[in-house]
Amino acid sequence: MTVTSYIFGVASALIGLGVVVELLRRRHLRERHAIWWLFAGLLALIAGVFPATLTWAASLIGITVPINLVFFVSIAILFFVCLQHSAELTTLESKTRTLAERVAILELRLTHSESESRSDE
Amino acid sequence: MPAFNEEASVGAVVREVLGKLPGIHVLVVDDGSRDHTSAAAREAGALVATLPFNLGVGGAMRVGFIYALESGYTNVIQVDADGQHDPSGIPSLLEELKQADLVLGARFAGEGDYTVRGPRQWAMVVLGQILSRSSRTRLTDTTSGFRASGPRAVALFAEHYPAEYLGDTIEALVIASRSGLVIRQVPVSMRPRAGGVPSHNPFKAAAYLGRASMALLFAYVRPPSTYAIRSGS
Repeated sequence: MTVTSYIFGVASALIGLGVVVELLRRRHLRERHAIWWLFAGLLALIAGVFPATLTWAASLIGITVPINLVFFVSIAILFFVCLQHSAELTTLESKTRTLAERVAILELRLTHSESESRSDE
Repeated sequence: MPAFNEEASVGAVVREVLGKLPGIHVLVVDDGSRDHTSAAAREAGALVATLPFNLGVGGAMRVGFIYALESGYTNVIQVDADGQHDPSGIPSLLEELKQADLVLGARFAGEGDYTVRGPRQWAMVVLGQILSRSSRTRLTDTTSGFRASGPRAVALFAEHYPAEYLGDTIEALVIASRSGLVIRQVPVSMRPRAGGVPSHNPFKAAAYLGRASMALLFAYVRPPSTYAIRSGS
């Protein structure tokens, strides 16, 4: 591992983490959605700063080529984030549905009472 | 009466229902139609709830059930806006509702001459057998959109009527029977659809079968808490 690739690894992790923190700071990202990204950024930073931890973790679970552990963890995290988004979308859709139903009923009541009050006059 | 782009038929259907059954109130739920369905229904004398966008039959029906529950109606009858259902079948549905919570108007149970063939028919037979077993009664036409709901069914459906495709027919039956509601079926005659041709495309039929099986499977494995009625809500 050259010095350049070491710096590249650490810098990438820092940029990733920086973007997540900045979005959180500006409330562009809610904590519940950011937690996976924070987790991934921290892991990347640890593996970038101390490459030995990666080798150690890989050998611990019997992975011969440590970089495969990086790929595995990355894909796993992306998978869970995707799944979380699908679930969130479902929740949002059902909330939108409930709101649309509510709006239709309120509108019906409103026109009903308006026409009643008009006929009273 | 859920209606999606039915301006051609909804007026006539509303008038027919009101004419044949005096004393009944008709609520048309316009499911985000892009034509003049709402205006046509209102002109014919129905109450009209207009959804801001298309939700599917399930969404339209839940509006009806919520409205019924909140306005103090006890029974709800669902009739298609395309004129396929003959309103003279409504009294027999209501009669059966005295002994049941949910009554289906079945299209193949002897009356009328409505038929389907091929994979779609096999799907309906299989669905009918599975749902008959879980509801402990004989059901032959589980995807019928001509049905009557009593007070217990209205309370359940106002909260949990499924919005998913096919959920409105199949899953609604499953949650009704899993909630201990009594389901019955009465034969009704069907008229040919005023517009549109039923498809006989085998790929569509296969997709229908697949989606129906999935809807059915998930309806059975769903945890009971997802369709429990929250009291006081």
